[in-house]
Amino acid sequence: MPLAKITTLAGRGLSVPGNDIDTDRIIPARFLKAVTFEGLGEGLFYDARKAVPAGQVHPLDDPRFRGASILLSGANFGCGSSREHAPQAIRKFGFHAVIAESYAEIFFGNATTIGLACVSADRADIARIAAAMEGDPAMAITVDLVKQEIRFGGSMAPLTMRDAARDALVNGRWDPIGELLDGREAAAMTAARLPYLAVPAK
Amino acid sequence: MAQTLFQKVWQAHSVRTLANGQTQLLVGTHLIHEVTSPQAFGMLRDLGLKVAMPHRTFATVDHIVPTDQRTEPFGDPLADAMIKELRRNCAAHGITYFDLASGRQGIVHMVGPEQGITQPGTTIACGDSHTSTHGAFGAIALGIGTSQVRDVLATQTIALAPLKVRRINVEGRLRPGVYAKDVILHLIRTLGVNGGTGFAYEYGGEVFDRFSMEERMTVCNMSIEGGARVGYVNPDETTFAYLKGRPYSPTGAAWDAAVQRWKATASDAGCSYDDLVTIQAGDIPPTVTWGINPGQGIAITENIPDPAKATAADEKSAIEEALAYMKLKAGAPIKGTRIDVAFLGSCTNARLSDFKEVARHLKGHRVAAGVKAIAVPGSQIVGRLCAELGIDQVFRDAGFEWREAGCSMCLAMNPDKLVGDQLCASSSNRNFKGRQGSPTGRTLLMSPLMVAAAAVRGSVADAREVFGVS
Repeated sequence: MPLAKITTLAGRGLSVPGNDIDTDRIIPARFLKAVTFEGLGEGLFYDARKAVPAGQVHPLDDPRFRGASILLSGANFGCGSSREHAPQAIRKFGFHAVIAESYAEIFFGNATTIGLACVSADRADIARIAAAMEGDPAMAITVDLVKQEIRFGGSMAPLTMRDAARDALVNGRWDPIGELLDGREAAAMTAARLPYLAVPAK
Repeated sequence: MAQTLFQKVWQAHSVRTLANGQTQLLVGTHLIHEVTSPQAFGMLRDLGLKVAMPHRTFATVDHIVPTDQRTEPFGDPLADAMIKELRRNCAAHGITYFDLASGRQGIVHMVGPEQGITQPGTTIACGDSHTSTHGAFGAIALGIGTSQVRDVLATQTIALAPLKVRRINVEGRLRPGVYAKDVILHLIRTLGVNGGTGFAYEYGGEVFDRFSMEERMTVCNMSIEGGARVGYVNPDETTFAYLKGRPYSPTGAAWDAAVQRWKATASDAGCSYDDLVTIQAGDIPPTVTWGINPGQGIAITENIPDPAKATAADEKSAIEEALAYMKLKAGAPIKGTRIDVAFLGSCTNARLSDFKEVARHLKGHRVAAGVKAIAVPGSQIVGRLCAELGIDQVFRDAGFEWREAGCSMCLAMNPDKLVGDQLCASSSNRNFKGRQGSPTGRTLLMSPLMVAAAAVRGSVADAREVFGVS
């Protein structure tokens, strides 16, 4: 089945500010006790949401931002564990794109592979989008991977994304399994050239 | 042209270039465990695919296993379902599985080296970020996500772009009471938790030349905590001596040929690196974290940072957030901070040499009243070796609980968890909010001997003082 070409993503935004937001915070380990990815959306930022002081509300539970599909955050987003459960939880909660200053490497790769677009923007621009969102939670945000820009409330900010990932999303090849399967014979030839792979296993 | 180990191994395993410019990279060895593999097997079933090279995947169970009562069914039905699913998947696909009854079960990053499955010049992948551990042998070892576990199962390859290489030299000699754990905590503090993004870290210099394989593993293990997906040490005589005679190591003429190949995979003299960092070993102190990421560390003799003294707004807010969560006082000494739990375990520090070194000093000491102290060997083999040497008894005599092998309280997917806002002196690798199983639990990362010192004093202590190390 051909994959969707992910070129522009439009929707309302929601901001979970902060740097170095790790994957344990995105999805605490106890939610990994399962043999499928079902229902992970409910665990998204679970402990952080519960830890909000009385009288305050976590952005994910703020009715003003209900239905948001674009998540804003800070630098080194998704650091820590390689658990794909983290981007899966973000996706299952309803997000289609993340706008952050930067990403941890494994998280970024995992997100791209499931078609979750993780774009980078300058801190000042992210702050600008967040401020506009705060003023108008219903504001539409468009993440345009082709023009490499974010459009919001009549304004615009440039976005960056690694070429390989952008190419993969825009051209509908973000899940590499099809291509990798096509290369099975070539892989067997590479394996045959490596002595340690030629040794029969015990 | 002179090349790095990374470049040589990458080239040897490159299958072809994909449409988006990434490389289809052959994965020589694939390791799996119960948490990140069941969904991948499910995807395989949905796609109607088989495992391409079942003899190149090895499995064990580590994250969810109880470390006390291990009869099945486990008390936790979710954990029980996970071990059964792994067992079923391995049997269905002909994958070697080191089960609880094998005597070779343990944390996946201990099992590979112990069995001689982890070898120089190879590519290794596992759905676990601490796969970087295997780089200690001069392998390119990558933590991957579950969709990539599917990719490896189906094709024995993954799609990936090459990394840059940063050479990190640690020169001179470590001071007494300073360990491999301190080296990596110091490096992360110095280079930052995202300093390694886009890089493979090649560790070298006098300290690494002298390090045992187990010490090299401790450092490589936490490369990911510095943002580097891969960390490695060039293979040398220490590497070969460790591997000789292990179950999956080559034998006879094949061994000699392998050693020649392994030697040739080491970085060439005069190769160029994308970046070079040199650290003086004498500058590395026994290090303790005070915050909520592994880069927030200080020397045991230092005071907890004060946000008022921060030079940048970011730094100030990061300190404030960390102190609020950790319930620690700005500017106070870290030494003397009362602890509730001492955890000696994890893929970072639960090897024979870790327990041996602690036991050497712990003899004759007692865990302080009110401290729960648990020692969890990383593998069944380590547990057995400790028993043979009487090390387990030293821990028991001191008041530690001596447990069975697993990941345990490093991430608390099994029954070993912090309760409430307990403060834990831990030899593990992550001090993230809620990491050790309680949403308000607090973790201080440190070397195994510092964990023992904290257990004995009941508070964060300088192991050099507690045990008279000089």
